[in-house]
Formats: sequence, C-alpha cells, structure tokens
Amino acid sequence: MHRTTITQARELLQSKKLTSVQLTEAVFARIDAVEDKVKAYAHLMRDKALEQAKAADARIAKGEERPLLGVPIALKDLICAQGSRTTCASKILDQFVAPYNATVVNRLNDAGAVIVGKTNMDEFAMGSSNENSSHHATMNPWALDRVPGGSSGGSAAAVAAHECMAALGSDTGGSIRQPSAFCGVTGLKPTYGRVSRFGLVAFASSLDQIGPITKSVADAATLMNVIGGKDPQDSTSADVPLPDFTQALNQDIKGMKLGIPKEYFTSGMQPDVEKAVQEGIRTLESLGMETVEVTLPHLDYAVATYYIIACAEASTNLSRYDGVKYGHRSSKSDNLINMYENTRSEGFGEEVKRRIILGTFVLSSGYYDAYYLKGQQVRTLIKQDFENALEKCDVIAAPVTPYPAFKMGEKLDDPLQMYLADIYTISANLAGIPAMSIPCGFVGEENLPVGLQLMGKHFDESNLIAVGHKFQQATDFHTKQAPV
Amino acid sequence: MDIEHVAKLARLKLTDDEKERFSNQMGTIIEYIEKLNELDTKNVEPTAHVLGLNNVFREDGATPPITEKDPIEDSPAHSKGHYEVPKII
Repeated sequence: MHRTTITQARELLQSKKLTSVQLTEAVFARIDAVEDKVKAYAHLMRDKALEQAKAADARIAKGEERPLLGVPIALKDLICAQGSRTTCASKILDQFVAPYNATVVNRLNDAGAVIVGKTNMDEFAMGSSNENSSHHATMNPWALDRVPGGSSGGSAAAVAAHECMAALGSDTGGSIRQPSAFCGVTGLKPTYGRVSRFGLVAFASSLDQIGPITKSVADAATLMNVIGGKDPQDSTSADVPLPDFTQALNQDIKGMKLGIPKEYFTSGMQPDVEKAVQEGIRTLESLGMETVEVTLPHLDYAVATYYIIACAEASTNLSRYDGVKYGHRSSKSDNLINMYENTRSEGFGEEVKRRIILGTFVLSSGYYDAYYLKGQQVRTLIKQDFENALEKCDVIAAPVTPYPAFKMGEKLDDPLQMYLADIYTISANLAGIPAMSIPCGFVGEENLPVGLQLMGKHFDESNLIAVGHKFQQATDFHTKQAPV
Repeated sequence: MDIEHVAKLARLKLTDDEKERFSNQMGTIIEYIEKLNELDTKNVEPTAHVLGLNNVFREDGATPPITEKDPIEDSPAHSKGHYEVPKII
C-alpha cells in the first residue's frame, strides 16, 4: 500500500477501496520498519497526520474531490509548517517552532494532503550529501553505505524508500535533482518565481526554488498544479498564468526538438553513467523527438559563478541568526558582540561557516568588483547561453551528475570536490530555468540509479512534464524498487 | 584572505584549528573561482535577478497577520514584551 504513487492512491481513496487513515498508518508502519536504516526524517508528525487523515476521510465521504485529498506527503525541514519544528538541520534553529505556514503548506492543506513529517537535509540546504545535518546522516535506500545526495536527500530517500507518497524539496544549485538522481526518483526544480518561497527558510534568494520529489512525472504534474502560482506574500513569485500541468501528460512529443549540449558530454563523466544518459536520449529519439546539437559554452565557469553568488547571498541571509529574535543563544557572553559571535559559532556547522566566510569575503570592501560583480556578469553569459540554446530546441537533455551516489565520507574533507559534484545542475539555477531529473538506468554491481536531466525555457515546465512522462511510459526505471 | 578580518565581519569566532583549515580551503576555492578572470566581461551587464523584476508594489492596506502568536515569544530571552540582550555599551 505504501508503494503507491499519488495517482494510484487517489484512485483507491476516491473509489473507497482504501481510507486515508489506512494509507497513513501503512506509511507510518513502513517508516517504523525502515527508518532505522534510512534515517530520512528529521522529525515525524504522526498524531497530526492521523488527524489530517481522519479529516480527509470525512471530506471524501462527503464526495469532495481534491488533488491530494488523503495523500501522505513529506516536507523538507526548511519549509515552515505552523506549530511544528523547522530546524533546517541546524543547531541554531534546533528548537524553532514555525509560527506560520509557508504558502506551499497552505496550498497542500487546501488540496487535502496529509503531512507525514519533516525530512532531513544538509544544514541550511548547503551540501550535496546530507552529511552536513545536525540530526544525523541519511542513507541511500539503494545502498546504505552511500549518500542519498543533497541537500534534499531526506526527501528523495523518503520517496525512494516509500516512507511517503511524495515530498517537497528545495533546489538552489541542484538540491532537488541531484538527490533524485542518486535515489532513483523524479525531481522537478520549477522556473525561478513559479512557486512561492514565502515560508521557505532562505539560503540564496535569487536561486532558491521549491519543487516536488515524486515516484513519477505524473505525480510531479499533480503537485505542481497545487503548489505553483503567484503569491502576494512573495514579491519574486511571478505573475504568469498557471497551466494545468496534468494536460501535458497527454501531449504528443513527436517532432519536438531535443537539444544535446556538447559541453556536458566531454569532461569527467563516469563512462557507465554517460552510457545510461545516452541510452535515455536514444529512447526519446525512438519516441519521435529530433535531436539537435546545442552549445552551452560557459559550463566550465558555472561552479565558480555559483559559489560566489550563492555564498554571498547566504552570508547576508544568515546574518539574521543573531541570538536575539529566535533560535539558539549562547549562554557564555558578557556583551552584545561576543553574544553574536558565540551564538553563531556554536549554532552553525562547519560547511555553513565556510560558506558564510566565502560569501562575506566576496562582498567585502576591495573584493566586491573582483568577485561578486564578476560573478554576476558571468551569470549573464550563462543565462544567454541557455536563451540561445533554447531557441534551437524545445527541451535540453543532459546528465544530472557525473557519477552515481558516492560513499559516505568520501568527499567530506574536500569541499571543492563536493562543490564540483553539482557541475551539471547549477546552471539551471543561475539561468532561472526549469529542470527535471528522471531515472534513466542503473550502473555497477550495486545497481545504483542514474538520472537524466531535462531543461526547458522559463515557465515551460509543461514540456519537461510531457517529455518526462512519455519517457516513463516507455521505460520502467522509475518503477524499480530500492532494496531497503 | 585575511581570515580573522573576514570572520570578524561575519560575526564568527573561529578556533585556531578552524582558522588554519578554512584558510587552506579558502585558498583552494578562491584559486578555483579566479578562473572567471579568463572571461572578458567588460561590456556585460550583471544579473542579480533572472526575471528582471524591479520594485514590486502592492496596495497599502491592512491584511490579517500571518500568525496570532506574538513573535517576541520566540526570542530566547525576553521580558515584558521586550527583547533582552547583554550590555551594549
């Protein structure tokens, strides 16, 4: 029962073959069975979830139909849900209880979702392995000695291990797509501005975007219909019409142009991963798509640009954690300045400190033009690359990661190597375009999942959904079960 | 990078061990990001925001509060409706 997709669960609920209480209890039974091994959650909301499930059953009994009515969903622990802890996997917010709902949580509630709990993550979404968490590390359900990816690693692992039907994550440089690829699930980073960030704890405000992690592209379309759209509470949410994304599931993709960026296939990809991605592209060709070569010449500069801009924005966003208004306060201080310093030094983990230092440096007097301004200028070049490439094609296909899930601890001592793991995902954030990861194969003796990345024009999630869904109708990678 | 100066700007107190480790790592990272200098960006406009939004205005009217709770109750130290902090001067 816990293995159902949203689409399947809704059919069972609406036809009264199953109640939301039964489904929610099945999900918690699954959590009790595997969570010791996977550790996908930061904390659970068992009692509240069962109350929501009962309420959903009452609504279903009255004949109400809502897209997520009665369906158990998880939230990454940087999305505020009123009355529940929102820790960002940081000691500095360890006891913080959100006083209000994020807009996406209000929208999930309106759609009838049951919130199972808050998933583990890298502290403040900074990391690619889920090892930077104040709670515990999360394990990859496909191989328990490997990372689930990050920073939405808890959300991806929870979906892969069937500890929820779907989850929300956030993606600043690949934090939805990379863990989705590592865990063999579907992850969509919407266009910047498509989904309200109100109630999402900020990391890098010009890059952050909330999106769905699901068992299928069809489920991603359902969730996008619920969470997308303009929100007066977030001035950067875009005032553009919200299409019915489930319509794209019926869209024909024959004759559509699939752009293959040559720069993504030249350097450093593990050969079996490249083979799986190439086979994925062949599958799309066999479904009638026409491949065209495109060029994204500034790919090699994306990681450097990203770490300047993301760290600069993080250093200013995280200046709010001062021990005064909320969160942790150091007890060993005798004046205001050392209270700030002690609070922040005790509350932030190593990677967060490292990024605050880098961000503070690139914004500091004498270095702003050389680093921050330069980074913003190169961002323009990267954005133009995508505009030019997407004039020649409808959707771009690329790898998500250069290799499958790596071993725990493998990259922990070398931050630059960890940053380079994001090479294929961060450009979409810098350009603001939508991008999706779908499972396209398995590699090695451990059968580790590989992701295929689809990227599109601003606000054109529909074409990604159309292509991804046709791919999943023709393949069964997304239905394979993690061994946990 | 003058790690002590930057840490002071960021209001972080680093241990000697952290200072040494971060200094080394920052050296490697900054050397890497300097690869941007290979590009001529003299006539390139910087991008701060991909959608090109400028000021976003709304009608100035009263709306319900986002929470009924008094936010000051979230403070680690407060009394009589005020934040408590250590001595400033």
